[in-house]
Amino acid sequence: MNLIKAEKLSFRYDDESEYVFRDLDLTFRQGEMAAVLGHNGCGKSTFAKHLNAILLPTGGKVYIDGIDTCDESKIYDIRRQVGMVFQNPDNQIVATIVEEDVAFALENLGVPPKEIRERVDEALQAVGMYKYRMHSPHQLSGGQKQRVAIAGIIAMRPKCIVLDEPTAMLDPIGRKKVMNTIKKLNNQFGITIILITHYMEEAAQCGRVIVMDEGKVLLDDEPKEVFSHIELLKQVGLDVPQVTEFIWELKKKGVNIDTHIIDEEECSSILLKLLS
Amino acid sequence: MAILKTEQLTYTYSQGSPFEKTAVDNVDIEIEEGEFVGVIGHTGSGKSTLVQHFNGLLRPTSGRVLLDGKDIWEDKKNIRTVRFRVGLVFQYPEYQLFEETVYRDIAFGPRNMGLSDAEIDSRVRSTAMAVGLSDDILERSPFELSGGQKRRAAIAGVLAMYPQVLILDEPTAGLDPKGRDMILSQIEDYHKRSGCTVLLVSHSMEDVAKFATKILVMNESRLFCYDTPQAVFKRSEEIYDMGLSVPQITRVFDIMKKRGFDIHDEIYTVKYAVELVANELRKKGRL
Repeated sequence: MNLIKAEKLSFRYDDESEYVFRDLDLTFRQGEMAAVLGHNGCGKSTFAKHLNAILLPTGGKVYIDGIDTCDESKIYDIRRQVGMVFQNPDNQIVATIVEEDVAFALENLGVPPKEIRERVDEALQAVGMYKYRMHSPHQLSGGQKQRVAIAGIIAMRPKCIVLDEPTAMLDPIGRKKVMNTIKKLNNQFGITIILITHYMEEAAQCGRVIVMDEGKVLLDDEPKEVFSHIELLKQVGLDVPQVTEFIWELKKKGVNIDTHIIDEEECSSILLKLLS
Repeated sequence: MAILKTEQLTYTYSQGSPFEKTAVDNVDIEIEEGEFVGVIGHTGSGKSTLVQHFNGLLRPTSGRVLLDGKDIWEDKKNIRTVRFRVGLVFQYPEYQLFEETVYRDIAFGPRNMGLSDAEIDSRVRSTAMAVGLSDDILERSPFELSGGQKRRAAIAGVLAMYPQVLILDEPTAGLDPKGRDMILSQIEDYHKRSGCTVLLVSHSMEDVAKFATKILVMNESRLFCYDTPQAVFKRSEEIYDMGLSVPQITRVFDIMKKRGFDIHDEIYTVKYAVELVANELRKKGRL
């Protein structure tokens, strides 16, 4: 079933500015994990902000679980369904204690205290930050803060989480833990994930990869298919995982090899076969 | 001779308070002139604290920092000159743009150095060109530029001081792959042309592997090692234990080794891996 549906979506900031995108059609199924790629300024963040009514369409429609985002009376329903996580963890933490931060939105929604307690504990456990619940956020690393921000969203029990470059400011271990958390939320709780990223290795871990360029969808397929368009991706300022590039370079040298390789396990298997 | 040298450098935050923390612990290092050094370490490993000592932004709690053989704190009045000689580009430097035009922003450092207008003008134009900003952009407000352009304008402001040592703390964070490659290759060009020493703090092992001639690894406030990329990535097990990683292509050959195929070489760039595998295949007559 389609959870999110953008129909002929157009947007520009005001009458004088250029359209960021025009007549964009894009749908997301309940439970899928999709990555959105595109160079800086291609419109992917602007698109993401349409998914929980931070921005409203200039033309066309966005439906979240059948609700039109232009319906102002439903705005809180929409924002409860679709949570957003941004790049900079420091801009998203509001409270002085981790568990209070996670409880913030629930308190605003008027959830009963007993239920808040349950949901906060559950959310912190889901992101692996339960033992830090009494810490002050400034004592945490960037990756830990991002996981707290994610917990604040899952506490609202959304159907979908949109993450706009959540790992851009993190070190390798922080990046890996945030990615593992996102995958777990998708696998175990069936939460729909839309991940905007500049890291091709992260996109390779999603079930679907959408490439945007100049406000249009250029490619929309499984990661293996998308990353096989290596020249096209480079043309639009993107890249492919190192292993994909490696295999592609070998192919160019005349080695007979399947170029649909996106992770290091597969790559080493294929090399072993080739060399032994 | 070493351009930068530390002797038992130690830095303790909030000394004497309950929050006392030693961020840099007894670090001895010598960096030769002209190196391109990749600085890696997990969050909180002390790498940013360490590099902030190199231009006198932080003063050692104990130990010394030597620039060109001279203790930078020997004469406090000299610290200003040290800051001209060692340029530091912070994370997200575009947040520090403040002037009315890009031109004036880039000119800020050289103007503080007391250079003539003609010299300032030539430096602004040449560094703007070096980072790929065209002349018409110079008269615009820095706040009208795209994220990548702002970042490059901020870097140009440091380059315009013609520093002997250029330190960049995560210059590519948040940029798309093309922006990332553009900034790094511009830095590499500048490094080659000027012969300056570059220290690049980065979380991207792929970038470090591609550009660095030496890698400095910080772990838990101490210097873990300072060596060539081959030697550092050879210790991939230890690197993982520190919460860091190695380039994806290195991981491929690590997995092969575990499966019993040892290529007896350290592979850390795609280019090298392609050559190596192609040669192996040629030897076997399969290519």
